Amino acid sequence: MSTVAVTDAVKKYDAVAALDGVTMTFRDGEFFGLLGPSGSGKTTLLRAIAGFVTLDRGQVLIDGQDVGGVPVHARNIGMVFQNYALFPHMSVAENVAFGLEVRGRPREDVAQSVKDALAMVRLGGLEQRKPKQLSGGQQQRVALARALVTRPKVLLLDEPLGALDKHLRQEMQVELRRIQRQVGITTIFVTHDQEEALTLSDRIAIFDSGRIIQEGAPMAVYERPVTRFAAGFLGEANFLPGRVTAMETGGLARVALDIGGEALCGLSSGQVGQTVLLALRPEKITLAADGRAGVNAVRGKVLDVVFSGNSTTYRIAVGEQVMVLFRQNLAQGTVAPGTDVVLSWSPDHLVQVTP
Amino acid sequence: MKLGSALLAAHLWLVLAFLYVPIVVMAVFGFNASPLYALPFQFDLVWYRELAGNTKLIDAGIHSVGIAIVNTIIATALGTMAALAFARYQFRGKTVLQLLLFPPVAVPWLVIGTAMLVFFYWIDIKRGLFAILLGHVALSLPYVIVVVGARLATFPRAVEEAAATLGATPWQTFRRVTAPLLAPGVIGGALFAFAVSFDQFVISYFLAPPGVTTLPVEIYGAIRKGFTPEINAISTIIILVSMGALLLTARFYRFGGER
Repeated sequence: MSTVAVTDAVKKYDAVAALDGVTMTFRDGEFFGLLGPSGSGKTTLLRAIAGFVTLDRGQVLIDGQDVGGVPVHARNIGMVFQNYALFPHMSVAENVAFGLEVRGRPREDVAQSVKDALAMVRLGGLEQRKPKQLSGGQQQRVALARALVTRPKVLLLDEPLGALDKHLRQEMQVELRRIQRQVGITTIFVTHDQEEALTLSDRIAIFDSGRIIQEGAPMAVYERPVTRFAAGFLGEANFLPGRVTAMETGGLARVALDIGGEALCGLSSGQVGQTVLLALRPEKITLAADGRAGVNAVRGKVLDVVFSGNSTTYRIAVGEQVMVLFRQNLAQGTVAPGTDVVLSWSPDHLVQVTP
Repeated sequence: MKLGSALLAAHLWLVLAFLYVPIVVMAVFGFNASPLYALPFQFDLVWYRELAGNTKLIDAGIHSVGIAIVNTIIATALGTMAALAFARYQFRGKTVLQLLLFPPVAVPWLVIGTAMLVFFYWIDIKRGLFAILLGHVALSLPYVIVVVGARLATFPRAVEEAAATLGATPWQTFRRVTAPLLAPGVIGGALFAFAVSFDQFVISYFLAPPGVTTLPVEIYGAIRKGFTPEINAISTIIILVSMGALLLTARFYRFGGER
């Protein structure tokens, strides 16, 4: 159906750059998540694609065509807003019909399309209700039906599930994904919820200060973050500073860790004597009550323990640092605070990040 | 508890009686045959017939209604535009202008009337219906701006953006989304403008030349000369019209809004 590309997009508000040179391509039919803290530029990019924001520099291309001079109403996009922005004075059916009516479609076509769209979001039978009479989840579905009924080239979602409670949010995630696959529309969505981004997206991009820090498939970005920010924003991570002491054959490096002990791992760049920063996900660490400290194994003391049903979070003092680890509750019982333990991990799970 | 609520009910009825008994008495005497308000009550439509033949009162009434309608159209149009400007745009002196809206509501009309009389004399606008209209527009404008502004303050801007993404041109968006959502505020403002103008005495009195009057001014003149129940008759008509307008306001404030 459609591709969207952004080239060297710059947008400044006063002196602050909301977009500071963003270039990216959204592939045909993919579900793309823009992730970042508030003020990182992700919403500005979405609004620039919609046409609400005029770029200071750079281009937005839809199917290869520069849409810089095209007003919002002529861009043929569908958008779902954070609070849905349903028309309060119109019924569900009138809301969905709006986009078709302003295009001057014949009455019978409109009626049929509205019926199909409402069936797709499983809202048949609620045509005559007003938005106020619907639950949050139902309003969300109306907004989605309204955005898709005109068969737009691109679907833009601005924090689409932010206003729903947790249970409903998970249900709508599945629903959103089902509908997006069914329609096959190129979809770009903005979220600050990392779990949502990981669940829904084919690819994600992490934004910070108007720039893209990293983009790729969710698993690739999660497992191989390139910066400290990316590792910390998408999931949790322990950051271990150290110094390279030797390069082994096979591309592995020996790193003397600041917390004490030694790590053996692959590095993307580095040479003997250089300081490096290594990221280690909490769930990749193995906790043992005894054992030997050594390569990729350090000794520590349990500080506190948080049991949360399916997993337990431990905070462990290692040298001068506090490390966090998650352990699935495969066996009953937890390790008590004050216990001396040994933490170990596989070399694959240490990822060099730029500070 | 029981005594408390009984007292509360009694209080409420007293307040209502205090407000409405004089009005009802006045209306009743409009249907009484005696020109001296003498009892016993004898039903007669004589004062309404007299009123129908009183060209001075009727002319004044026509002036009042005419000015009120023209005033409503002008003040509502200007006031709505001003409210939109305040709500949607940033410009120099906006805060000062917004603050300046309120004094005309608070300053005694006597003072404003005097000021207008002097000012109009100074810039050579003759006393008359046109001057009265100008005065009324100036007085009712703040009411319209405040009422429409209140509606705009809670206006969900995102729905206009949503309309644009759905392919609606700016005009289609205004006609099908903005205007219907703003309508209750505009109608409320218009009814305010009508009421402010129709009830206006002081400004009209100051700006009316001899021989040309509005209804409140004419009624005042009649009362001073010694009056007959004709005044009761016309007052009853005015009250019915005003109450009707008020009920309409109440209706439209809810209409399409927070139902």
